[in-house]
Amino acid sequence: MNEITGNEIIHQYLRHNKKFPHVLCPGCGHGIVLGTLIRSIHSLNIPKDDVVIVAGIGCSGRLAVYVDFNTVHTTHGRALSFATGIKMANPKLNVITIMGDGDALSIGGNHLIHAARRNIGVTALILNNNIYGMTGGQSSPATPMGATTMTNPFGQLDKSFDTVELARGAGANYVARGTTFHVKKLEKVLTDAIERPGFSVVEAITPCHTQYGRKNKYKTPVDMYKWMKKAAIPVDRYNELSEAEKEDRLAIGVFVERDQPGFEERYFDLKAKLQAQEEKGGK
Amino acid sequence: MKSQQVLQRFEIRFSGLGGQGIITLGKVMGQGLAIGHGYNVTQTQSYGPEARGGSSKCDLVISSSPISYPKAESLDVLVALSQEACNTYYPYLKPGGALVIESDLVKQPPTNQFLGLPYTRLAKDKVGIAQAMNTVVLGSLSHLLPFINQKTMRKSLEAVLPEKIRAVNAKAFNLGLRLAKKEWGDDVGAVWEKE
Amino acid sequence: MARRKKRKEIFALGNEAVVEGALLAGCSFYGGYPITPSSEIMEIMASKLPQTDDGVFIQMEDEIASMGAIIGASLAGRKVLTATSGPGFSLKQENLGYAVMAETPLVLVNVMRGGLSTGLPTCPGQGDVQQARWGTHGDHPIIVLSASNVQECLDMTITAFNMAEKYRTPVILLLDEITAHTREKIEIPYEGEFEVFSRTIPSMPPEWYKPYEETVRGVPPMPPIGSGYRFHVTGLTHDRNGFPTQRPEEVVELMDRLHRKIDQFFYDIQLVEEIQTEDADTVVIAYGCVARSAELAVQQARANGIKAGLLKLKTLFPYPRRQQEKIMANAKTIIVPELNMGQMSREVKRVNQGRASVRTINRIDGQIITPSEILKVIMQG
Ligand SMILES: Cc1ncc(C[n+]2csc(CCOP(=O)(O)OP(=O)(O)O)c2C)c(N)n1
Ligand code: SF4
Ligand SMILES: [Mg+2]
Repeated sequence: MNEITGNEIIHQYLRHNKKFPHVLCPGCGHGIVLGTLIRSIHSLNIPKDDVVIVAGIGCSGRLAVYVDFNTVHTTHGRALSFATGIKMANPKLNVITIMGDGDALSIGGNHLIHAARRNIGVTALILNNNIYGMTGGQSSPATPMGATTMTNPFGQLDKSFDTVELARGAGANYVARGTTFHVKKLEKVLTDAIERPGFSVVEAITPCHTQYGRKNKYKTPVDMYKWMKKAAIPVDRYNELSEAEKEDRLAIGVFVERDQPGFEERYFDLKAKLQAQEEKGGK
Repeated sequence: MKSQQVLQRFEIRFSGLGGQGIITLGKVMGQGLAIGHGYNVTQTQSYGPEARGGSSKCDLVISSSPISYPKAESLDVLVALSQEACNTYYPYLKPGGALVIESDLVKQPPTNQFLGLPYTRLAKDKVGIAQAMNTVVLGSLSHLLPFINQKTMRKSLEAVLPEKIRAVNAKAFNLGLRLAKKEWGDDVGAVWEKE
Repeated sequence: MARRKKRKEIFALGNEAVVEGALLAGCSFYGGYPITPSSEIMEIMASKLPQTDDGVFIQMEDEIASMGAIIGASLAGRKVLTATSGPGFSLKQENLGYAVMAETPLVLVNVMRGGLSTGLPTCPGQGDVQQARWGTHGDHPIIVLSASNVQECLDMTITAFNMAEKYRTPVILLLDEITAHTREKIEIPYEGEFEVFSRTIPSMPPEWYKPYEETVRGVPPMPPIGSGYRFHVTGLTHDRNGFPTQRPEEVVELMDRLHRKIDQFFYDIQLVEEIQTEDADTVVIAYGCVARSAELAVQQARANGIKAGLLKLKTLFPYPRRQQEKIMANAKTIIVPELNMGQMSREVKRVNQGRASVRTINRIDGQIITPSEILKVIMQG
């Protein structure tokens, strides 16, 4: 059944009863990530009914509405808490959250670290465009130091989060980073992430020219892709660089691969054990 | 079961120090009166900062008819297992109500009309564990209060306790019962017997 | 009705009775964050749910996440519960609004403690009544119930679940520290003795299903996620298909239906208990632990030859307006005692419109209003 290719795949998964056009700006990277996600799910042969997309609030969160899965568009930052409830209520479902950088790292930062600590069997796809896109270009915790935003007109003063290190430290099973320029690689890590039990984090670096690029040093969307192309290097090569060389570079690839059982697995094991005990006691 | 003696809002307060098993005492007695005897019972207790700082309090309201107001307001029986508790709560005792004290710990009773037993010492020396002190109190109250059927109370005590500590507590209960009878007299609870 | 089986009797805490009621009503999912004086509900759930067939218990990182988790679980087909107090209730508000908008059944128990902010954690209060009504932003309908004794904690929890499922809405059950922390003998009804309502699941083929379609009751059927009905759930104002819309006629259609599905069924939702109100010229209107003080005060007043009565509110919102109007046929004085500065008395006065004289008794010192305080006001007439 996987004979179809390219746009045909995507069309099979879009909601045609949803009134297009979509809300994304020309040049926005979010759509590329959505296409990647669809191809990943398609390659895994997961029935649409078994996929739940749980999205936060932001331009990224709007993606959920376009795809023909079970879709839940939640509140800002809270997607992972909804996803945790869905997964625990029905562990058979493939639960994937779509969050922005503001969504996942700022207002939802606490939920992110606890989802990782718990190692709940959910895939967290974080669309990092270094900015609050939807609300008009305010600083996010992923905005680079020195960048100009609506809320840091004189340059961003604070440091930004490293999503990978954050997720690793909090205990995620799988952590990877990709970009919308390196689409094949992104698809590969996303597919791995969905397949793997426990909590997986995939950070997708995606351009928001409208709210971030043009106010900084990227005159056109193409300039943003040029930056990605130049900055991103595989993690093993990145690790060989000197600290000075690392400055303008961005490591991509897989950073963490662990095989801890997911929270739902541990919980349902416990239940089974308790039930066995009770049966024994009953006899 | 003997027919139940009619009660209208009989109020008991257990008070003393944290760690004396006061809440458990109230719960066990409440359960025994509610389920075993068929009374309406409300049990309330102190929580939080009030319950820390070393002091503890637990109230029972017992009645043959449904209880509207659940808190104890004017006490028929005050059980004070520390001097501080005795000082604090004695003013809430009804005229004619009974003050029951731990006679080693309450050295200055506010009145000469009280019923005392050295509960802690009894538990330690005669039962072998100090923690059974609350059950000795329960035994003595089961003698004091004529509406308590001693057998029923002993049974509900055993029902709530884990197997391991059942025998010790039965011993403590009987000790309290026996000593109360001996020290306080057979008809110590006669005032409540009328109806 | 003849009793077929004997009810089991237990000596239980109000919070314990909530758990018993929830399990009887079919609750199989609890997500929460501990806070006094509601924690026992969570603790007992933590030991009970893992031992039931399909029960799930999860401690979340905060109250916001707890609401998210139970909403997710409810969308996946579970009957869900969370409980909180004080500051935790404030944190629940964001996703409470989401649940109203996305028509997600859930039961939220708030054991009211004293004071604002961290306030008086271990004391009783009734200061969250209007927050329960209006705590989440935006116009919205909500059902708020209360209980005044341990038996009612059980009964009203079952009722809360039934209403949540019947009307596809969150239901708030407001308790107070005294009711939650009192132990009393309660009867556990046997299976078949009480109603257990479960949400309607669609019967049409998935391709015909419109998740937010108009129905006679105004309550669309709700399939569990993963059962073949793929649709979009959102907190944005949406059309019948669940897709975001800003078209005024679609916005109005949704908002109308959300209100109408509750408004139509006032007779089912508004629960009160009338105690000696038939001939009463002085009526106390009370709820929660204060209703117990009021009941004793009314008995004492009757013993003194005063025609006093009690209207005990079990549903706080939608406010039982008609029930108040009924007792106002005779009542010359209405007394509203509550552990706040006058939150429910606003509703009473709104319905009264100057007809009877409304007296309030308010206490905010973390102590209960005693029967004698109420009796004094009854005697003043
Ligand atoms: C509680 C709350 N606070 C603020 C907002 C406003 N808001 C909507 S989206 C957003 C930021 C979105 O940024 P990001 O998560 O990075 O997503 P992007 O739009 O960049 O994809 C904010 C602050 C909100 N919806 N809810
Ligand atoms: S504002 Fe940025 S993130 Fe949002 S749609 Fe436009 S380009 Fe994409
Ligand atoms: Mg962003």
